Amino acid sequence: MRRLPGWAAELLRGLGGLLVVVWGAATLGFLAVRLVPGDPVDTMLGIHAQVGEHIKEQIRIDLGLDRSPLEQYLAYLGRLLTGDLGRSYQLNTTVVEVIGQQLPSTLQLTAAAMVLAIALALASVLLARGRVGAAVASTLELVAVSAPTFWTGLLLLTVFGFGLGWFPVLSSSSPAALVLPALTLALPIGAILAQVLREGVTGALDQPFAQTARARGVGAARMLGRHGLRHGAVSAVAIGGYLVGSLLGGAVLVETVFARPGLGRVALRAILDRDMPVVLGLVILSALVVATVNLLVDLVLRRLDPRIRLGAAR
Amino acid sequence: MSAVQRVVMVVAIAVAAVLVIAAIAPTLLWPLDPLATDPGGAFAPPSAAHPFGTDQSGRDVLARVLAGTRLSLGVGLAATTAALVVGLAIGTASGFAGRGVDSVLTRAIEVITAFPEFLLALVIVAIIGPGPIGVAVAISIAAVPAYARVARAGTLSARRAGHVTAARVLGVGAVRTAWRHVVPAVMGPLLAMATIGVGMAIVTAAGLAFLGLGAQPPTPEWGLILDDGRNHLGRAWWIALFPGIAITVTVLATSVIGRAVRRRVEAA
Repeated sequence: MRRLPGWAAELLRGLGGLLVVVWGAATLGFLAVRLVPGDPVDTMLGIHAQVGEHIKEQIRIDLGLDRSPLEQYLAYLGRLLTGDLGRSYQLNTTVVEVIGQQLPSTLQLTAAAMVLAIALALASVLLARGRVGAAVASTLELVAVSAPTFWTGLLLLTVFGFGLGWFPVLSSSSPAALVLPALTLALPIGAILAQVLREGVTGALDQPFAQTARARGVGAARMLGRHGLRHGAVSAVAIGGYLVGSLLGGAVLVETVFARPGLGRVALRAILDRDMPVVLGLVILSALVVATVNLLVDLVLRRLDPRIRLGAAR
Repeated sequence: MSAVQRVVMVVAIAVAAVLVIAAIAPTLLWPLDPLATDPGGAFAPPSAAHPFGTDQSGRDVLARVLAGTRLSLGVGLAATTAALVVGLAIGTASGFAGRGVDSVLTRAIEVITAFPEFLLALVIVAIIGPGPIGVAVAISIAAVPAYARVARAGTLSARRAGHVTAARVLGVGAVRTAWRHVVPAVMGPLLAMATIGVGMAIVTAAGLAFLGLGAQPPTPEWGLILDDGRNHLGRAWWIALFPGIAITVTVLATSVIGRAVRRRVEAA
């Protein structure tokens, strides 16, 4: 049998791992939902519903809640394969539809925050040169990582919304309303990115190959751009999955602070209402997103760092 | 250690000391009652009588922030200790057991790490129910994989050490070897992680309380005071400002101390 090229084997292995992660998430979620105290039918109807026991029984049969746990689990996995995440207990619509409606808003927020975070990190690493500059930048980064997102959001809102009136205080669809939430979400992530990037760049410029390049007469700016950043990028890309995960978690808080619609708000509402199909759908979605990013990270790292590629080929 | 590092370290330890005093006896630092309302004196800006101002019910914000230390620190310490112990047990077992157990545990850890830590804590709170205890349990479960991973890596390298092999050859049992020779070697990096972890746990706990999933009003809790502040942002900025500073300073102090612990461990 002909051997697959390295990257294809890597991709196949990665996709296998991705399936395991999503299946694991779905299974853990299914088990967890069964541990939730209370009857789902009662939760669905709300505490004030005046409904007879026989109607509740009918709903149970419709939902398949009368069947054995194993049957329910297999039916659930089967539906999952066809992309069916079930119906919300509360919202009278399917989970896929709920997610579809709110996804664009969260996507807009997280994408803007990611771009902003990368820009902030690059600016911090490239502009803060020298011992003092780097020390000041590191201190600022440490503060940005330590401050809770929901608090920085409130501070930005107080100063730039209520105080200076530069940005709208209430959520709206105007681009200006995106600035403060995206900045709030970007600050801690940009700070982590900057820390990792700086460490990678400094580490690279101390290595023997950097000495060789300098001896060859490569200038400082070119050293930084061509060799330093490339090395820094390897360590920055390596934590990509973690960063995307932080963005998703942070979105819950940022959307609440700024009263923005989105998946984070839906998740919070679903958790408070014990709307388990929606919670489960969001759990599977976030696991899928993070696992996909991790897979992409592995593939990109192979391209960025030849040592990984060659090490794997040996 | 440079002079600057020394000063930073002293400040961090002083902050930690103040936090411990505030957690044990907040009235030693500031005598006002965190629950006493005064409708006439609502939304008073910071002054000598109320250095952090008053909130919508006229309660003293400084007294509330100080009183909130106990719950925040308690939840942070409890969650981190539990995560450390469980992570250590899983990680050492995984590193010491045969290949089968190890690969199952490693896979399980991988699946759990695919969830963003904050979302995971959020979902676990939804399952076990809101409240400070639910929050502590959720945060510790969400943090276990990170500790287990470090403990496993440490165990794998400690296993190869000469004295561990010698103990096994001399007929010392696996559990005893793990406890006497592997755990001490793994403990250093874990403790450094845990020190920083306490700060992170405090942020997560405050975030969950802010979302309404932790302690309930009128309990003084940093996240809850921030939520009060959010509802009156245009009118009284001080309600949200001071609990946020308390959280940030606490996290900074734990980071500084944690980094020092890590340097010690790496130097040893």
